[in-house]
Amino acid sequence: MAFIKIDGLRKVYDGGFEALKGVDLEIEEGEILALLGPNGAGKTTLISTICGMTTPTAGSVTVGGHDIIRDWRAARSLIGLVPQEINIEPFTEVRRAVAFSRGLFGLKRNDAHVDDVLRRLSLTDKADSKIMQLSGGMKRRVLIAKALAHEPRVLFLDEPTAGVDVELRKSMWETVAELKKQGVTIILTTHYIEEAEAIADRIAVINKGEILLVERKDALMKRLGRKRLVVELQHKADALPDSLVRDGLALSEDGLSITYDYDTQAERTGITRLLQDLSGAGLTLRDLQTRQSSLEDIFVGLVAEQEQEGAA
Amino acid sequence: MNLLGVKAIYMAEMSRFFRTVLQSFVSPVISTSLYFVVFGSAIGSRIDQVEGVSYGAFIVPGLIMLTVMTQGLANASFGIYFPKFTGTIYEHLSAPVNFLEMVLGYVGAAATKALFIGLIILATATFFVEVQIQHPLAMLAFLILTCTSFALFGFIIGIWAQNFEQLQLIPLLIVTPLVFLGGSFYSVSMLPPFWQTVTHFNPVLYLISGFRWSFYGLADVPVAMSLAAIALFTAICLAVIWWIFRTGWRLRD
Repeated sequence: MAFIKIDGLRKVYDGGFEALKGVDLEIEEGEILALLGPNGAGKTTLISTICGMTTPTAGSVTVGGHDIIRDWRAARSLIGLVPQEINIEPFTEVRRAVAFSRGLFGLKRNDAHVDDVLRRLSLTDKADSKIMQLSGGMKRRVLIAKALAHEPRVLFLDEPTAGVDVELRKSMWETVAELKKQGVTIILTTHYIEEAEAIADRIAVINKGEILLVERKDALMKRLGRKRLVVELQHKADALPDSLVRDGLALSEDGLSITYDYDTQAERTGITRLLQDLSGAGLTLRDLQTRQSSLEDIFVGLVAEQEQEGAA
Repeated sequence: MNLLGVKAIYMAEMSRFFRTVLQSFVSPVISTSLYFVVFGSAIGSRIDQVEGVSYGAFIVPGLIMLTVMTQGLANASFGIYFPKFTGTIYEHLSAPVNFLEMVLGYVGAAATKALFIGLIILATATFFVEVQIQHPLAMLAFLILTCTSFALFGFIIGIWAQNFEQLQLIPLLIVTPLVFLGGSFYSVSMLPPFWQTVTHFNPVLYLISGFRWSFYGLADVPVAMSLAAIALFTAICLAVIWWIFRTGWRLRD
């Protein structure tokens, strides 16, 4: 059974803006789900609603079987939230801030657990430092530590690596992978496709308050994955010989390479035929390479499709 | 009821208080001492006595009230406004803590601080003048009720305020004048009849009068009215807080 079950969730803000238009989504225990969408797609509203900061207009959400409205205390006890902005009191020490979060969630003081969380996030050295003395990346870690202080079963990371340098982003991914190993269910929002590609088990694409797609990452890449074959020529070709003209094939402007887009899932990819025809046309090949289309291409395609439907 | 959550908020607020010990303790002691020097010695030496009590001693209850009202208000309003300002309020809103538990934590801490400062001022006053307390239990009750009700009021202001200017607006433009004009430094009977009537519309008068009665048995208005006034003020604040709790006003979308 799904650990988080979202059913027909709608949110209309006071001004009339509909941020969520009936979202249905199920999240399994122990998985990493990446919620992918452009700015203003409804990612943060969705997270805020599940976590109790925004009141839903309609629909329901259960976390671990507890309804977030009727059984809010039990539901919220299971959730840790790492917000998008670095919202953190600057004058407190790291350990105190983490211990505060634990108390706020109604748990007894447990120094061993707090120390353990700090260790897992490489914050042990900074435990007694004031938060304002820390770097931006460290502050983000403190936010994660605070969210883990009450031993949540599910962790929401809202844009965990927005505005973070490459190195820190990589280390944040390692942290997330480590948390997954420890059995924490993780939902992260991002608009960095490479982030979803790197760490997620499943990907949900959201745009304009609607979930466009939810699928396992590898299946998604495979299903929608198109490949491109690039053939570099030894000598410049002025035009494509008639024998080569077919769908998906194009000659580059400089006449030194030919690209061929094909579907890896199709019964025939047409590659054997193409290579034969190239040889038949007397073209000498210099090099060959193929490239899998990235999640980004898929994502851009999906969003563009929705825009077109909206316009039609 | 999430009592550990209440405790976490209360302790965090109290630790902020102790972290800024200079601002929290020393400054009220210094300003009170200044009041005693200016009003008690310089001006007071020309006023002689008010209804049988030396002027310096007469102003002690008013001074304590002036301070606990402004401190209770400022501490509670800042206490809840600060997490709104820094954005850390997300943590309270996503925790298994309801609004009334937040009120207990923030208002409890603000009232405790105000009470603490009130008692420090009382202790400081004994160095300057001879203070007598005829009804110590009533004195404590008035003091605690005032600290609590003004902390509640401050909490409401902190929830309402959307910037630092609004946070200061009500304390500066309404509360401070009312406290000064509510008989902190004089007996209402010293005013001309017209102003006496006007003063009776000032709610703070009833609080100061009741509190002063617990010291010297002197009151501008009957003690029962003072009690009724503070009960009414507390009830209004609680009603507003209840309404905020029901609607999530200025907290939840």
